[in-house]
Order: sequence, then C-alpha cells, then structure tokens
Amino acid sequence: MRPFTYAAPQSLQEALDLLAKANGTVRPLVGGTDLIDQLRQRRKTADVVLDIKRIPEMHRLEYVAREGLHVGAAVSCADTAAFAAVRELYPAIRASCLLVGSVQIQNRASIAGNVCNSAPSADTVPPLVTLDARAAIVGPRGRREVPLEEFFTGPGQNVLRGDELLLEIVVPPPAPHSSNHYLRFIPRNEMDIAVAGVSSLVALRPRGRICARARIALAAVAPTPVRAKAAEAVLEGHVVTSELIEAAAEKAVEACRPITDVRGSAEYRKELVKVLTRRTLRHCMASLGQPLES
Amino acid sequence: MATVSERKKTRYIGKRTPKYDALERVTGQALFAADLHLPGMLHGKVLRSPHPHALIKRIDTRKAEALPGVKAVVTAADLPPPERAQGMLGGELLISIMDLRRLTIAHDKALFEGHAIAAVAATTPEVAEEALDLIQVDYEVLPPVENALEAMSPDAPLLQPDLYTKTLGEQPERPSNVATHSESSRGDLERGFAEADLVHETSYETKMVHQGYLEPTATVAHAQPDGRITLWTSTQGIFGIRRSLGHLLDLPLGKVNVIPTEIGGGFGGKIYAILEPLAALLSRKSGHPVKIVMSRAEVFRATGPASPTHITVKTGAKKDGRLTAAYVKLVMDAGAVPGAPIGGASLVCLAPYKLDHMKIEAYDVVTNKPRVQAYRAPGGTPAAFAVESHMDQVAERLGIDPLAFRMLNAVDEGDRMTDDRPYNRIGLKEVLRRVAKHPSWTSPLPPGPHRGRGLALGFWAGATLTSTAHVLVHADGTATLVSGQVDLTGTRTTMQQIVAEELQVPLESVSVRVGDTDSTPYTDLSAGSRTAYSFGAAVHNACQDVLAQLRVHAADHLTAQPEHVEYADGRFWLRDSPDQNVDLVTVARRSTFRATGPICGRGTVTRLQPAPQFAAHVADVEVDPDTGKVTILRYTAFQDVGRALNPTQVEGQVQGGAAQGIGWALTEYYHFEKGVMRNPTFLDYRMPTSLDLPMIDCELVEVPASDGPYGARGVGEVPIVPPAAALANAVYRAAGVRLHKLPMTPEEVFRARQATSAIG
Repeated sequence: MRPFTYAAPQSLQEALDLLAKANGTVRPLVGGTDLIDQLRQRRKTADVVLDIKRIPEMHRLEYVAREGLHVGAAVSCADTAAFAAVRELYPAIRASCLLVGSVQIQNRASIAGNVCNSAPSADTVPPLVTLDARAAIVGPRGRREVPLEEFFTGPGQNVLRGDELLLEIVVPPPAPHSSNHYLRFIPRNEMDIAVAGVSSLVALRPRGRICARARIALAAVAPTPVRAKAAEAVLEGHVVTSELIEAAAEKAVEACRPITDVRGSAEYRKELVKVLTRRTLRHCMASLGQPLES
Repeated sequence: MATVSERKKTRYIGKRTPKYDALERVTGQALFAADLHLPGMLHGKVLRSPHPHALIKRIDTRKAEALPGVKAVVTAADLPPPERAQGMLGGELLISIMDLRRLTIAHDKALFEGHAIAAVAATTPEVAEEALDLIQVDYEVLPPVENALEAMSPDAPLLQPDLYTKTLGEQPERPSNVATHSESSRGDLERGFAEADLVHETSYETKMVHQGYLEPTATVAHAQPDGRITLWTSTQGIFGIRRSLGHLLDLPLGKVNVIPTEIGGGFGGKIYAILEPLAALLSRKSGHPVKIVMSRAEVFRATGPASPTHITVKTGAKKDGRLTAAYVKLVMDAGAVPGAPIGGASLVCLAPYKLDHMKIEAYDVVTNKPRVQAYRAPGGTPAAFAVESHMDQVAERLGIDPLAFRMLNAVDEGDRMTDDRPYNRIGLKEVLRRVAKHPSWTSPLPPGPHRGRGLALGFWAGATLTSTAHVLVHADGTATLVSGQVDLTGTRTTMQQIVAEELQVPLESVSVRVGDTDSTPYTDLSAGSRTAYSFGAAVHNACQDVLAQLRVHAADHLTAQPEHVEYADGRFWLRDSPDQNVDLVTVARRSTFRATGPICGRGTVTRLQPAPQFAAHVADVEVDPDTGKVTILRYTAFQDVGRALNPTQVEGQVQGGAAQGIGWALTEYYHFEKGVMRNPTFLDYRMPTSLDLPMIDCELVEVPASDGPYGARGVGEVPIVPPAAALANAVYRAAGVRLHKLPMTPEEVFRARQATSAIG
C-alpha cells in the first residue's frame, strides 16, 4: 500500500470542497471492505481517502410514504437489513444485504459502496434495479438522480464524476400485489462472489395470476448488472404458469454476455441464470399466494 | 521401549485435559514470527518471477539500492558457492540440497511463477515494496510445462538439462522431466489378471491444492557480527531448518540458532527453509535483523502445495468379490524440482487390500509449478480417491455391497504392505465392523431426491524417526519437559499428560517448554503423524529416567538401596518397611545439593516400529440437479487411533483432516492458465467455511499399536485420506454420475450430468 492522505469531513459541503480542490485521485470510503483491499493489492491507487462516515446526511435511513426508502451512503448493509420498512416491504433488498460477504463485512459495508465499486457481481444491485431505484448524486452543480439501471458503464465503472459523491439510494414504494426476490449462486455457502445472480419482481393484477409488471435483473453475467427485458416481456400481460416461467427463464439467458473465468464458464453462467430466474419467479408467485405446481 | 498395550487404569491418559496453550492463544499472547520486532529491524520483500518458465538474462538492482531506506538487495549471486550444498534433506518428502538452493532463489532460470529472483531489506515494508519495482530483470520467456503428462512427452521442453530419470532398469541416455520411475510389485500380475472373472480399469486426475494454513509463512533473521545467525521462524522442524541454513550459507551447525515461534498451522507445508535463507542473507548484508512475512498470494505461489496427480487403476476380481490382481500407475507432479510424494501414494493406494499379485508404478515428474511440499498424508488423498472410487465400481459391477466387498478383501496382521513390510497389529477389520453396526451406515438416507451415501477407506503408515526429550524436576517437585519438538497439533497438551501420568503428579505441576536448536538435543520434525507416537515414547522414557534418578536420592535419604525404593503419588517408601518414606518435594529439594545432583531425565527413541493407521469415512450427500452443487448431509469418520491419549485433541485432528479432505474433494484447486495461478486468494481458492461443513462425527476405534506409548497410534494424517473418495462414491449414488476428477465443483458435476444425459 502506498501512502495517502486521509480526510474525514464533518459536512457535505466540506467534502465537496475537498473533492473539488484535491490533487490527484480521491477515493471515498465507507466500510472499506473493497477499497482497503484494492489499495493494499495495488489494484487501485489513492492520493486522498475521503471518509464520508462523519457526514450526517450520509446516515439517512428512512421510509417516506409515496417517496419510498432512502438509504444513505454510509448506512451499513446490516443496518439496512434490520430496518423495519426493509423487513416489511423490500424482502429482496434485505436478502441481498445479508448475502454480501459475511456478517463482519455486512457490519462495515454499505449498499452505496457496493454500488460505487460497480462490480458486475454486486449482490445488492439486481433487487434495486428491479425496484426502479435511483442513485442520488451530489456535486458542485447540486443534486441529480440517475436510475440505478443507467448508473453502471462497465466493470468498476459508473457515471459518477470526479467531483461528485453518491449521497443515497432512493427506492420507490413497492407496487401493490408485488413480490420481489434475489438469489445468487456460489460454490460455497458464504464468503463468496456470485457466479450468477438474479432478482425477479412480479406484480399481479388485483385478483388472479395475470402479471401486470415484471422486472428481472441479472448479476455477474455481463460487464454491468443488466435487465432481462425480453424475459420480462414474456410474463407481462399473461397468466403466470410454470410453462411461462420456463419460457421467461430461457429468454433471460439472452440478456447475458458472460465471460469464462476462475469463477465459472460462460456456458455454466447462462445455465445458472435460467435456474435462478425460474427459482426467483416461482418464489415470487408463492409469496403472492399463487404457488405453482412443480 | 516398554510397550504398554494392555489397558491400565490411568489418571491423565485418555482424558480430555485442557489445551496447554489455549489461554495464550485466545488472549492473543501467543508469539508468532510476524509479531516479533527487534531493535533496528528491517522489513524484507521478495521479487518473484511473473513467468512460469524463463531464462534470467540480467538483473539490475542499482536503482533499488539507491532508493532511500533500502539497506540491502540480494540475488542468487549473494549465496555462497555450493561446496557444502550436498546431500538430501528429509522431512516428509525428500529434496536435494542443490534443489533447495535452486528453489530458494532462482539462479539463471525461473522455474515457476513466484520463484524468488531477488530480495530487498528496507526500513519499512512500503519502501521495500517500492524497491522491488525498481529492480530490472531481463527475461527470455520459455514455454511453460504445464502438467506431468505433457512433461513426460519426449518433445516437452526440459526444466533441467542435467536431470536424468532414476530407475531400476536401464540408465537413460537422454535427460528428461521424469526424475524417478519407481516400481513395487508382488506375485505374478499376468497370472492374477488371468484368474479374474472381471477386469476393471479406470483413470483419475487431481489438481494442485494448498494446505491453507492460517498463518502466512514468516521469519526473522539476525546475523551477528561474529557470523552467528539467529532465526525466529514458523516451522515444523527447527533442526531441519538449521541444517538447511548450514548447507546454504556455509555455516557450521553451532553457528545457526533456530528458535521456533508459535505455528499457525503447517500440515506438512512448513518443513523446508523458504524465507529463512533470504532473510539471513539480507541480515548479513545489511547488518540488521530482517523480518519477512509473506502475503497470502505469495503463500499460494511460493511455499509448496500438494502434488497434482494422474492415476490409473486396474484390478481383477472373482465373481465372489475376491481381488486377484491390482495394478496402479501413479503420475505425480513435483513442480519445479523433483520430490513428489510417490512413496506415500504407493504405500496408501492398495494398503487395505489383501493381494497376492500386484504392481505399482510411480513417476515423479517436474513441471513449471511451485515445488510441492508434504500435505497431510502426502500422496494419500489422490491415491485413495482413485483406488476407493475404483473399488466401489468393482463392487457395483459384481453386485456386492461396498462394505462387504472391503471386508472380504481386508488385510490382517501378518499381511504385507505394498513395500512388503509385514503389518504388525492393525485395526482395519475392527473399523469395518464398527461401520457395519453404526447408524451412519445402517440407517436409511433421510428421504429426498438426489441423495446418496458413500464409503471409502484410508491408510497411513506414519513416520517414527528420532525423538529426544528432557524432563527436569525442580527443587519444589514441579517438572518441566524441555525439547526442540515444535507443537504443531497440541503436542504440549498431550506431553503434559504423559509426564503427569508417569511421574504421578498433578497436571498443573508439569510445564512444557519448546526450546531452540542451541539449547536442546536433536529431535526430528513434527510431521508424519509421528509426534504423539514417537516423541511421546521419548517423553515416556525420559520420565522413567527421572524416576530412576529420584529413586537414588530417595534411597540416599532413606539410607537404602535404590532398587528397594517404591514410588507412587508423590511419595517414596521402602518396599519392606513402608513407614520409612519421603515425599517427592523433599527428594527434589535434596537433589539440588546431594548425591547425584539435579534431576534431568533423558529419553530418546530412534527406531520404533510403525503403527499403521486405518480409517473409514461415510458421507451422505445431496446434489442439486440444476446446479450440480453438492451438500453434505451427514459425515462420520471412523478411525483406529490405537489409544486416544486425549480424545478432544484426537477428534480435533480427525475433524480437521476430514474438513481439509472435503475442501480438496469439492472446491479447492489451483486454477492455472499457462502456468500462472489465477486464484491466489481465499476468495477464489475456495476452502470450505464453517457453513460449508457438516458436523463431522468421530468414531474412535482403539486397537492398541504394537509399539509406542499406551498403544497410541499417530492420528493426524489418515483422516484426510478417505474424504474425496467417500464423497465421489456418494455423489455417484446421489446424481448418477461418476466423477473421475477433483475437485467435484458444482460446474464439474453439472457437466458430468449433462454429458450422461446427452449419451443416455
């Protein structure tokens, strides 16, 4: 690890000033579960490490009726998962927060950190994409919001500019009669990175099994998290059956552009997307009180 | 030494006494090499080859030396000439001193990715790391030899132009990547196969895996101005390290003192000197103490993992299940220099089976990979994976229950090992009988699809070697065991029990001290399942010597002859007049100024008989048919431990060995791409976590060993031998596919199922 300057501003303005004036690369820090390792391994460099945990706004964790859920950038995955509104309304966010790393890592890491690290395998991202979450960004020109689906531009890359900070993630209230789930596949049972991950969201029309809205988002099978829009189209407007779910699972594979690496081959990843899409959709239907025959 | 095979009533032996060093470990007081900080100490870092195979044309260290804070840079040119670099070093695997010298730091050729090229000592680790970037190395990159089969082909690039195959047959004319071709045989193989009703042949492959010890390799060296070198190091054997340093640095043994620090796991991987010579060279050159601590990636790339293998098994059997012949071909990858565990694998592969006709051929092959070291029963796990998978198939083809098949062919006392040594007392059949009656085998699988149960056997002969112990009795009657025997696996705990048992004193009055090479007599390394067995015998003997010396003092006090003195529970008395007696404390105090003087009992053993160990593991698994992921539902390890000196410690060994075997079976492997390891982190080199392992139930069978203390056998290694085969056999029954390669990752199981359904 090379020497760097550590800064821990007390206010948002102070942080933004520091960003604007700093020489060299500034790396914002929350839990450091990615960043510290990257610096140690010299996979990233930093001239300034900017700890945002002392900025009050970064700790917002609140559910506002009609607006939805606000998760500040410094809120840990563990705190997010334990938050009453998350437990009640956002089971997939909760599930994904409890999958990141291990218990120790969940106590340090934040959703914002997972988002800004922008790994294609980030577990917290697919559920947020299916929920139409937005990234609230602050910079010298004020606040802007970007749909999370458009936030990522490549492995480790995103739309944040050098003088901006991710302030919070905003998640709209879940649609009525909807259910949302996230599953990932890892060879072990914890302390691992998704070989593939799938989040599915199903909203049904009042009464019955007709799908009003479907969202399917995939992790670790493309340079960025991606939506499987063709698979969503298979479901929307139709009565959800086992056969339809099977067809959607097949379609979801078309959204993949996986690579073969140490963690799995491209072919296996595609197969996993099929399996996980099927399993998450079936889970959604079951939790909507519409279990399907197997 | 006295054999104590009959069960006597014991006070401490067989009891779950607390771990000797538990408190200092859990409170963080235990001192590891990386914790050490000496005045003026520098930090060393090692420049490693990014290429698995390359000629080194030029090394320019000038810029690195000029960096402020850098105190020394060393390369192979700093090693003394190799006059004393002769002979072979033992341990669990042999290595020649010349090869160790070559491994320590690359001379003219880098033989694997991670091979040390140069080392730097600087005032901080950061400066040392920066200096590495300033060293310029010109390589001429050569094509890497990636695996043993490729290495054996006549047109493969040669790693060493002066390596000729050692063989019993004709002497080779051309150099080769095959270092050794060994054969062991018995009877007439052709005749054996001719007698068979069924001849079955299968092949298997296992990949390179790492011991995965928690504590990264670390060392501190201090070269004094008078030429002496002191080393604080994490090692399984201080005398082996001293000898290596003596050879590599051209020093008499009395000038090298090796002080063992606490060791955070070794499993056979902390036997050879790796960092020690580099730290010593840097200290010599800089005049400061130098510490080097490896990163995890360096541990993976440059310490010495376990050998990858290609194994073929061919057997003949009668319809009734009796084996008539067996042939095993073992091709084992040693990595950069010779020394794959062909001996261990040859001993393990057919050990449980009575065979009149058999032949084992083994090849020790060099490739451009890290040089392997021992890993817990070295060679045993791949050998058993192959043979125990094979035997399950034979039993199935003959329609015989896998346990009954093994019982039918099981060896007894008097039968011969594959190297023709006769077995002394062994407990294989007792182990099999225990399995036959145990619910893990007799109860049905819990209901559910894609579930199966597998059984496999394991064997380990165990080393004995030389062990020495001193037991001192202090003036107040308390005692200290002093030796150079490193505590790798709870040695202090068990030895405290032996001393307290033999001296008949409270456990708390016995302390155990692991000393250094300057102040303790020679004892061999802690490895090969030998420590409790062989060192335990030495400690037992030292205690008898203590009692003999104490009797002299007691006799002096009681004005009698020592042979008339009896001893029990801290009191000496005259056999014929028990009211004439004296307590241990009085005798101990007198020993500091009277008669034959202070008490120092010496115990030594050099040639115990082996105490062969057999194990059987039973695994229930479930396979996810969609993803191929294997979940272990139940796991039971049966093992003949002779006598469990401390059941808690023994169970820890059994569970630890099984856990490592499970990792080897399911998820662990070096992922090489053109000779470069792509997963040198615990993230992508997947050892099982606590959530991946089932409870490992231990069934300890106690068939006393023919020799050694209290009938105990070595216990540490054999539990890693059966897991891969037990799981492969279970996966076969659960998923209908036979895996011939390790690890059985979800993707491999998935592909195997796909291939089967494509055919079917």
